Amino acid sequence: MDVRSQVSMVFHLDKCIGCHTCSIACKNVWTDRKGAEYMWWNNVETKPGTGYPTKWENQDIYKGGWEKNGNSVSLKGAGKLRGLKNIFHNPHLPVLDDYYEPWTYKYEDLFTAPEGDDQPTARPVSLVTGEHMDVQAGPNWDDDLGGSIDYARQDVNFKDLSPAEQEVMFQLERMTFFYLPRICNHCLNPACVASCPSGALYKRGEDGVVLINQQVCRAWRMCVTACPYKKSYYNWHTGKSEKCILCYPRLESGQAPACMHQCVGRIRYLGVMLYDADKIHEVASTEKESDLVDAQLGIYLDPFDPEVIKAAKKNGIADSTIVAAQKSPVYKFVKEWKIALPLHPEFRTIPNLFYVPALMPGMATVQDGVYEESNPQFLWGGIDNNRMPVKYLSSLFSAGNTGKVVEVLKRLMAVRWHRRQVTVGDVKQDVVDKAMQEVSLGKETADAIFRLTSLATFDERFVIPPAHREESIEMLESTADVKGSTGFGFREKPARGW
Amino acid sequence: MNYLLFVVFPYACLSIFLIGSIYRYKNRAFTVSSLSSQFLEGKKLFLASQLFHWGLFTLFFGHLIAFLFPRAILAWNGQPVRLLILEVTAFVFGLSAFIGVILLVWRRMTDRRVQIVTSKMDVVVLLVLLTQIISGLSVAYYNRWGSSWFAAFLTPYVRSIFVFDPQIDAIASVNSLSLKIHVISAFSIIGLIPFTRFMHFLVYPVDYIWRSYQQVMWNWDRRDIRTSRKWRQGEPSKNN
Repeated sequence: MDVRSQVSMVFHLDKCIGCHTCSIACKNVWTDRKGAEYMWWNNVETKPGTGYPTKWENQDIYKGGWEKNGNSVSLKGAGKLRGLKNIFHNPHLPVLDDYYEPWTYKYEDLFTAPEGDDQPTARPVSLVTGEHMDVQAGPNWDDDLGGSIDYARQDVNFKDLSPAEQEVMFQLERMTFFYLPRICNHCLNPACVASCPSGALYKRGEDGVVLINQQVCRAWRMCVTACPYKKSYYNWHTGKSEKCILCYPRLESGQAPACMHQCVGRIRYLGVMLYDADKIHEVASTEKESDLVDAQLGIYLDPFDPEVIKAAKKNGIADSTIVAAQKSPVYKFVKEWKIALPLHPEFRTIPNLFYVPALMPGMATVQDGVYEESNPQFLWGGIDNNRMPVKYLSSLFSAGNTGKVVEVLKRLMAVRWHRRQVTVGDVKQDVVDKAMQEVSLGKETADAIFRLTSLATFDERFVIPPAHREESIEMLESTADVKGSTGFGFREKPARGW
Repeated sequence: MNYLLFVVFPYACLSIFLIGSIYRYKNRAFTVSSLSSQFLEGKKLFLASQLFHWGLFTLFFGHLIAFLFPRAILAWNGQPVRLLILEVTAFVFGLSAFIGVILLVWRRMTDRRVQIVTSKMDVVVLLVLLTQIISGLSVAYYNRWGSSWFAAFLTPYVRSIFVFDPQIDAIASVNSLSLKIHVISAFSIIGLIPFTRFMHFLVYPVDYIWRSYQQVMWNWDRRDIRTSRKWRQGEPSKNN
């Protein structure tokens, strides 16, 4: 048992209101620079939809992630042989137009336009070429379905649904959607790290944050292809790739990452997970895709188990980190309560960002123009008639294993029955008991889920292990080296090389 | 004049190359990048980049083998058919590099987005590459058969440069302007490496072949520190 600690996350999709505040917080802090304008280390997508970059989930196009290869796994679109062969031209690299051409407006024109019959307008100008442009796409172009079902139709996750089932879903009156905020998953088996020919990408041992060393990156662009979530971006100005850094300077000083701190819906949770690094290869190579979720859950260790604590201490994991792991909201959501699932486990990168699938509004129905939130006559009726088909959700969160998604939805539903009974009391006790029994949920657990979902304080949502401030700067560099200089970290202007 | 061109200039270029690229690699690592523009324009780049890079790649190693093992090449060329095969192959790769670089120039001139990321040094790079490839093709075509006579004229000269005993009689006596241009522009390419994107050829990631796929790095590996005698993990700092 090789115990390591990993900073992991849970996003509660039922609470996401799709406001994009997280994206803006991230943009303002990290990617408001030349060459990075088009990057959204944090973005929010509408599901069903095509996402950003367009159709990123379709690995027939982008060749990201790992694929099963005998008893092991190999990179789908990169790797030693393929990477060095394609180094002069990477056939699967997404180009700027697959994301969108970033632009701004000539606001000055509004003030300087000569007097005339028309209102002056601020025309869009490209942030790449500086010329006038017609805006063709944006980072959330299909937000709220983009006013059309065409984007939703392009979603690759409908592959398991028959054409008839899809048609039913796309009926405008039945159509429903939810939001999917995405950041880097800081995977346990990161495809980006494995694909980098220069070895510029690495996973930090202390907290599992995946980073790109800007001094070592040589723009071979393989990480962009290899990351199946398309969360590694190429900066066209500096000629270096960049990605979400999980705000590690904030983490090290005990603050929540910018996107999480700003989250209006308070959907985000962050905490430590202890995992067994010896099992990474075995879990990534799981035979059947439908077993991937369970295999992944198996890699995370119980932080209360004395054996685990002993092994963790032996590996040099600080006591404070073990305490943080015991308090971790992520551990509760993922392991104890089993109501959070990873996004696209079939990419086999073992992602560390988990989602509580959206229960509402898909479970609600509209009949005769009346919005019916739930129907106590049928305990799980909403799940069977979900306007967001379980097959679709399982394509996103459990590699097609519908059982996993149904289990989670039932547990979420049972919590709702229980709380309805407590606060309103219009549900029969035996109905609630039956629901709770079927998903083997105790009252205390249900209350705990309710509490952490809706009433949690900042410190309950973000249990950040102390980086030990006395060491946090030394984690980056020797303090004596920078004596007399300002700040710490990267001190070179991000100018283009020559 | 010949002394200036074939002794002073090569040594100047080689020293600039050595000092400059080591300095840049160690102190200005952030500027070392292939500066790929595939992200801005991927379609035209495919043929251009493949033809150019594979052409140059093969020719580079061809020249290197010829310089290191001239006798092997001469032995191979003992039969006219084999000589012809070698010369034609080399010429084809030369043409491939030539077409590639022309396409690259055309792409850089016509694509608006690529123009934006074109620096002055990129223009210099393309010009010197054009000179190098055209003069090389011209030597191959007009001064046949280079793979046989290089051992008499070029190898001794290049070797003499590297053993710090420059002998320029042979090269100076060659009556071929394109050959002289080829040699001089070759040295200028070497000299330009620290100042241009040529640098990326020095950092070609060969170590990827034997590296393990996953990389985990500890800034402060407590386990490593406990089990070893050093108390601080990683590179020793510069002043403590």
